[in-house]
Amino acid sequence: MEFIKNIVESVKPNFDKGGKLEKYWPVFDGLETFLFVPGHATSKGAHIRDGIDLKRTMVTVILALVPCLLFGMYNVGYQHFLAIGESAEFIDMVIYGAIRVLPLVIVSYGVGLGIEFLFCIKNGHSIQEGFLVSGMLIPLIMPVEVPLWMVAAATAFAVVFGKEVFGGTGMNILNPALTARAFLFFAYPTKMSGNSVWISTDGMQTVDGYTGATALGNAVEQGVAGIPPYLDAIIGIIPGSVGETSVIACLIGAVILIASGIGSWRIMLSMLIGGYVMGYLFNMWGANSYMEIPAHHQLMLGGFFFGMVFMATDPVSAAQTNTGKWVYGFFCGLLGIMIRVFNPAYPEGIMMAILFMNVMAPLIDHYVVQGNISKRLKRAQAIA
Amino acid sequence: MAKNVKISRGVDINLVGKAEEKLGAIDSTTVALKPTDFHGVIPKLEVKEGDEVKAGTPLFHDKANENTKFVSPVSGEVAEVVRGAKRRILEVRLLADKETKFENFDVSGVNSADKAGIIEILQRGGQWPLIKKRPFDVMADANEDPKAIFISAFDSSPLAPNYNFILKDRATDLQTGIDALAKLTKGAVNIVTRGDKGVFSGLNNCTIHSIAGPHPAGNVGVQIHHIEPLNKGEIVWTINVQDLAAIGSFLNTGKIQNSRVLAMTGAEVKAPQYYSVVLGSSVESLSKGNINDNARFISGNVLTGDKIEAAGYLGYYHHQVTAIREDHEAEFFGWVAPGFDKFSLSKTFFSWAMPNKKYNLGTGIHGEERAFVMTGQYEKVFPFDIYPVQLLKSIIINDIEQMENLGIYEVAPEDFALCEFGCTSKINSQEIVRNGLDLIIKELS
Repeated sequence: MEFIKNIVESVKPNFDKGGKLEKYWPVFDGLETFLFVPGHATSKGAHIRDGIDLKRTMVTVILALVPCLLFGMYNVGYQHFLAIGESAEFIDMVIYGAIRVLPLVIVSYGVGLGIEFLFCIKNGHSIQEGFLVSGMLIPLIMPVEVPLWMVAAATAFAVVFGKEVFGGTGMNILNPALTARAFLFFAYPTKMSGNSVWISTDGMQTVDGYTGATALGNAVEQGVAGIPPYLDAIIGIIPGSVGETSVIACLIGAVILIASGIGSWRIMLSMLIGGYVMGYLFNMWGANSYMEIPAHHQLMLGGFFFGMVFMATDPVSAAQTNTGKWVYGFFCGLLGIMIRVFNPAYPEGIMMAILFMNVMAPLIDHYVVQGNISKRLKRAQAIA
Repeated sequence: MAKNVKISRGVDINLVGKAEEKLGAIDSTTVALKPTDFHGVIPKLEVKEGDEVKAGTPLFHDKANENTKFVSPVSGEVAEVVRGAKRRILEVRLLADKETKFENFDVSGVNSADKAGIIEILQRGGQWPLIKKRPFDVMADANEDPKAIFISAFDSSPLAPNYNFILKDRATDLQTGIDALAKLTKGAVNIVTRGDKGVFSGLNNCTIHSIAGPHPAGNVGVQIHHIEPLNKGEIVWTINVQDLAAIGSFLNTGKIQNSRVLAMTGAEVKAPQYYSVVLGSSVESLSKGNINDNARFISGNVLTGDKIEAAGYLGYYHHQVTAIREDHEAEFFGWVAPGFDKFSLSKTFFSWAMPNKKYNLGTGIHGEERAFVMTGQYEKVFPFDIYPVQLLKSIIINDIEQMENLGIYEVAPEDFALCEFGCTSKINSQEIVRNGLDLIIKELS
C-alpha cells in the first residue's frame, strides 16, 4: 500500500499544473482517486462528512448487478447446450457463458471509459463515476449473439449523445444504457430481433423443434401456450438478453439496492403495481391470446424486472421528487406492458416505456414542485 | 396556543466526547470581538488602539444604524485592531484586566418602557446584536415589526450543550428577558422545548411548545416552520436561550453579562465538560491542557460551527466548542472497504449494523465534489415542506423569483447542515443557501 502510494506520488508532478503531462491530469486523477479515496479535509460548511461518495454508490449498484451477471453467464451456457442438444455439467455451462459474455463487458467498459476519458481531458474535468454502472448494464441487456462492433458503436452513441452532449454525469435526460439498447434496436433491427440472436450456437446444428425464440416472441404467436412455465420464468432459464432473464437475480439486486438506500423502492414498487394493473386490465379485456397471459406471469417475462430494478431507478433520469417517483414508476410499468402487448413488433416495451418516462420525468417533477409552490402561495394569501 | 409537534425526518449523529454536566471556569487574558460574526454588519470603530475600555463600552457600531452598539466584553486596553483585505476589520483585540470593571447602564425604566424604550436600552447596552431575524438569519432590524418571537430551548446538534443544565438557576433572568421581548412583538414569545421543560416550566408571558424527533428538531427554523410558518414579507425574531438569560441579567442588574457557559466537546477534548468563559475568549486559553495538539478547533458544533485557528477567538453566538481529529490520510481503496468506523446516512457501510455506536469522526470529506446524482437523500434529513434540491438549484442559477416560490425565506444555512453532511456528491449546500439569502438582501435593499 505504501509502495503503491509512493509510485503514485512520484509520478504526480508530471501531471500537475506546469508538468509535461498536464493535459492528461484527468486520467491520472481518475486512477489516483480510484486507488485512494483522497485525504481532503473539510474547509467550509459541515466539519464532518458522511462516508459515502459517488464511487461507493456506483460500486454498490455494480454489486447488486453481480447476481444478474453470474446468472446470465450460466444461462447463456445452459441455452447453448440445450439448443445443440448436448448435456453438459454446470461448470461447463458457466465457463461457456463467461467466454461469450465477458467480451461484451470488456468492449462496453473499454469504449465507454475511453470516450469519457477523452471528454474529460478535453474539458479538463475530473472523471465522474457515472459510466461504472452504465458499462455493466449495457452488456446485460444485449442479446448474446450481438457482434462486438455493434456493442462498441452503441456504447459510443450512448456516451456521446446520451450523456456527454448534455454535460456528463448527472446531466443526462435519458438512461445511457437504454440509449445504447434503443440505438441498436432501431439502427440494426434485423440483428436485434428475430429468433437467432438470443442463443449462442456457434453455428452448430440445433436440435429439431428448437426455435430460439424468446418468451415474448412465442407469446405473440401462441399466447399462454407459448410461454415458458411460471417457475422457469422466475428462475430465468429462458432465452433472452444476457442478464435480464432471472427474476430471482433481479430481486437479489433489488434487496441490495433498497437495503443500502441507493435504489428507490418507490419507483420499484409503483412500477410493479403499474405493470400488474395493465396486465390485469388486458386479462379482463382478453381480445387476443397475448392479452390473456395472466398479469403475474406477464411481469415475469422479458426485461420487466431488470428494467424495474436497475433501469427505471437511475436517479439522474428518473423523477427526482418522492411524489414524482410514484407517478413515474407507475407509468413505466403501465406503458411497458401496454407497448409490449399492443405492438408485438416491440417486445422491448419496457425499454421504450422507461425511455419515454425519462423524457416525461422533468414534467412530472415540475407539476409536483408547482403544487408545493401554490400551497405556499395559498398559505400566504390566507393570512393576508 | 401551545403546540406539540413531532418530526420524523432528520438524524442524530452520535459522536464521542459528550460534555459531562460539571461546571468549571476558564479565564482568558486576551479576548476579541469579531465584526465578522455579525453577518452583513459593516463596523465603524468607536475606539482606537491603546484606549481604555470597561465591560460594556462600545467598540464599534453598525454603519447602517449607529444606535446598534457592539460593546466590549471585558475591561482593559484595546490591544490591536486586526484588518484583512481591503482594510476590512476582522478582530478588535482587547487585553483584559484582572478585575473586570463594568459600565453601569440605567435600566430603571425597563418595566414601564414601550417597544422603542426597550430597543433603546438593549441597543445602548450592546445587547441588541443577540437578537436575530428570520428570514435571512442575520441581526434583527429594530425598525421592523416581527409577527412573533421564537426561542429554541434546546439544541439537538451533535454533542450539543444541555440548556436545562446551563440555565438551571436562571429562571428570574429568563423571565425578565421574556417580559422585555414580549413588548417587541404584537404576537407571542414562543419557547420550544423538547418536552422535558425543566427550568422553562415556570415561565410566564410566553407560549411553551414542544417538539419531538431527531436533529434538526432543535433548529429554530424547523420549529417556526411547524408551528407558525413564515410567509413572504413576514418577520420572526429569534434569540438563543442562553443569550435570552443574558439580556434578562442585563436588565436586572444594569451590567452586561459578559460570560457564557459553553460545552467543551469532541473526541479530542481530554475531559469534556462545561466551562464558564468570557465572550470572545482566546482559543489558546481554552485548549491549553484541555485539547490534544493538532486537533481541529471548532467554535460551535461540527455541523455549523466555524473552524478557528490556534491564534483565534471564540465566535459571538456560540455556546459550544468542539475539537475533532484532522484527517489528511488517503484511504487505500476506501470506497470498497467495509467501513465499520464510518458513519453514513446510507446503509452502504456496515456500521449500519451498530445503531448505538458512538463515532469518532474526523474532518475527512471521504470523496470529491460531483454533480447532483442521487435523489431523495436530502429529503430524509430535511423536515420542511420544501424541496431542498430544487431550492438549491434555483439559488445556483440566481433565480430569485423561484427561490421565493420554493420557500427560501423559511430556511437558514444551518437547516441544510445535515443535507451537506449526507450528500453523496459532497455539495456545500450551507454556503449555497447563504449566498442565496445574501443575494436577496442585496437585491431588495
